[in-house]
Amino acid sequence: MEGDVLVIGGGPAGMETASRISDFNRNVILIEKERELGGHILKWDRLFPDGVPASDVNNNLKESLGTTKVLLGNYLISIEKREDYHFIAQLNSGEIIKCSTVVFATGFKLFPAQKKQEYGYGLYERVITNADLETRFKKGDGLGKESPKRIGFVHCVGSRDEKICNKQCSKLCCITAIKQAIELKQLYPDTEIYCFYMDLRMYGRGYEDLYLEAQLKYGIRFIRGRVSEISQDQSGLVIVKAEDTLSSRPLKITLDWVILMAGIISERENDFLTQQLSLQLGEDGFINSVDPIQKTNQTNISGVFVTGSATGPKTLPEVINEARSTALSVNEYLNRVKNG
Amino acid sequence: MVNFGFKLSSSKRIDLDSSDSDLFLKLKAESGTITQCIACGSCASSCSAGNFTPVNFRKAILLIERGRNEEAKELIKGCMLCGKCTLVCPRGINTREIILSINQYYKKERF
Repeated sequence: MEGDVLVIGGGPAGMETASRISDFNRNVILIEKERELGGHILKWDRLFPDGVPASDVNNNLKESLGTTKVLLGNYLISIEKREDYHFIAQLNSGEIIKCSTVVFATGFKLFPAQKKQEYGYGLYERVITNADLETRFKKGDGLGKESPKRIGFVHCVGSRDEKICNKQCSKLCCITAIKQAIELKQLYPDTEIYCFYMDLRMYGRGYEDLYLEAQLKYGIRFIRGRVSEISQDQSGLVIVKAEDTLSSRPLKITLDWVILMAGIISERENDFLTQQLSLQLGEDGFINSVDPIQKTNQTNISGVFVTGSATGPKTLPEVINEARSTALSVNEYLNRVKNG
Repeated sequence: MVNFGFKLSSSKRIDLDSSDSDLFLKLKAESGTITQCIACGSCASSCSAGNFTPVNFRKAILLIERGRNEEAKELIKGCMLCGKCTLVCPRGINTREIILSINQYYKKERF
């Protein structure tokens, strides 16, 4: 199979890049390892800060794919750059793809919360992650028919933690926790909700408003301190320990449910591809841009582009905007190499 | 009793399972603004009394939220109700109103 552009990854970044490049009448091939397009937003119910349904966004992205050739259930097993500007890639199906540019829209991975053993994810039934909660919201289950008495959110699980080799801030979890806390409060108005945080990084437009709303309208309570351990009592409830760092005292609370805000880490499954192309990765495992300010979507190898969360945690609007700018860069590059 | 040279100390731990939230809920009902605190400390740093006395509004409302009312009371005793904290609070918390409400809750005592 031959094409101008090979986009790796069918999440929001890959879909938007593919559809914008095909707008320039380029021949685009989009490959996705899963059987469905959408990536992480497939599992998400509603999106911050306004609660737009994730499925709406996904459908819009899918509809605008245009003439893009989509290969589902496919992934690369090798890729190589030829002497001329072409790339030769081989898929798991055995198919060979020849293309002029490659776009990495390989995204991220959610931190596997069981690695943080002291929180007991996978051991205690009532300790779940942000993604588990979204799945429950999507099914319409929430946390069961009966209203829980108390729920706690643990921020920064797998983020800002050198012990598990993830120094970076995942940047989306603070606002996600507040969004989910509000959603739970809407489902269960009488439930007490606590958020255990180190810093609340409400950097985006409307985020601080949502934080204020959580405090004022929904009475969600915030405790500054990283949870040190979680245990279970005989009745199956979970006991959370942290320091209330604002009053310098250890603190204990028994909760019905604990939601762990699993952070964003790099997708290490593609390291063999980045190695074959000699792409530069950062210490955190994300792909490095050739210039972090003006050429964020270009890599150290000409003809190889990167977009979306493959270069670090990003919000959806950031991903969509970056995908559009990547499409422009790819088109400029193709004009240059094809017209000499 | 024989003095063995050591004593038992009471736990410093905040136990939210058995905390006394009566005063906090009263203040929340009277002036919802108490829940808006982001613990920035503007109130405590601008406090006229804070330099010389234990007065600390930020810590006082935090302790009330955690049910440590007796300790909180000690932290507003020297307050002169000058209102500088109300002026500087970035979240618009009505600090004087809250202090007066706490005072009313413990009617017998005077600041």
